[in-house]
Amino acid sequence: MDARSGREATPTQERTTMERTSERELVVTRTIDGPAHIVFDAWTKPELMKRWWVPKSVPIPLVSIEMDVRVGGTYRFVFQVDPTTTMAFFGRYLEVSPPSKLVWTNEEGEGDAVVTTVTFDADDGRTRLVVHDLYPSKNALDEAIASESTPGWAEMLDQLDELLLELDGGSGRG
Amino acid sequence: MVQFSDARLDASFAALSDATRRGVLDRLGRADASITDLAEAFHLTLTGMRKHVGVLERADLVTTRKVGRVRTCTLGPRRLEDETAWIEQQRRMWDERFDELERIVGERRRKEQIDGRTKRA
Repeated sequence: MDARSGREATPTQERTTMERTSERELVVTRTIDGPAHIVFDAWTKPELMKRWWVPKSVPIPLVSIEMDVRVGGTYRFVFQVDPTTTMAFFGRYLEVSPPSKLVWTNEEGEGDAVVTTVTFDADDGRTRLVVHDLYPSKNALDEAIASESTPGWAEMLDQLDELLLELDGGSGRG
Repeated sequence: MVQFSDARLDASFAALSDATRRGVLDRLGRADASITDLAEAFHLTLTGMRKHVGVLERADLVTTRKVGRVRTCTLGPRRLEDETAWIEQQRRMWDERFDELERIVGERRRKEQIDGRTKRA
């Protein structure tokens, strides 16, 4: 079979970019093919949001979604992380300016909230999205990265110690 | 990326499977040290300590630099790479999310166009 025949054109540029732009900021960008008012709807109507917010590769079902999209209104997303545990993500809308800007807080963590700003820039039938996360401190962002990364060595040491204790206990030694 | 991470984990776990090497990391977490310092602290020969440090270096958990006759050990670049890997993992998640968003936006746009034509008719 000719490997070239069935190949489709692949985009040469990465469509979604993500960068840590400072000690406290993360920025994600993407251009969506469609007008800003529809893209804005997809970020503010729960029946649309729930269809795209959880990527198919993430095996964690979204069990409920509540969004009161107005300044001071709250949102709450609940995920089923395992058969007996749910995890809620919640916060408050600080700015709602259709169809160009949304700002909300993420209050599920400890300490001060992370503030997310999404801007929707219309560009000839397409919409440039910029998602900007501002963490309360450098330490807060570092910790968010560390807690979701592959285990650092300190954590691995603890896990290994536990494992060795179990193995040791099981062998009847000591 | 997955294979990359698995290989990293294998190297890391292998490096961490030894009590002396875990002790070395713990000590370097507090301050840099020379191979000689470490050998003395853990009651090992220089050759024995060099081997342990070599394993930690290959797992990127430790880096060493030689100044004159002294080789100094510090904790490795692993943490910085963790950040890069995390950002790439998050970027892929957003990319997947946005693909689905774009599909839904396309669907709504077609619906609006049809509704618009119906109204004009």
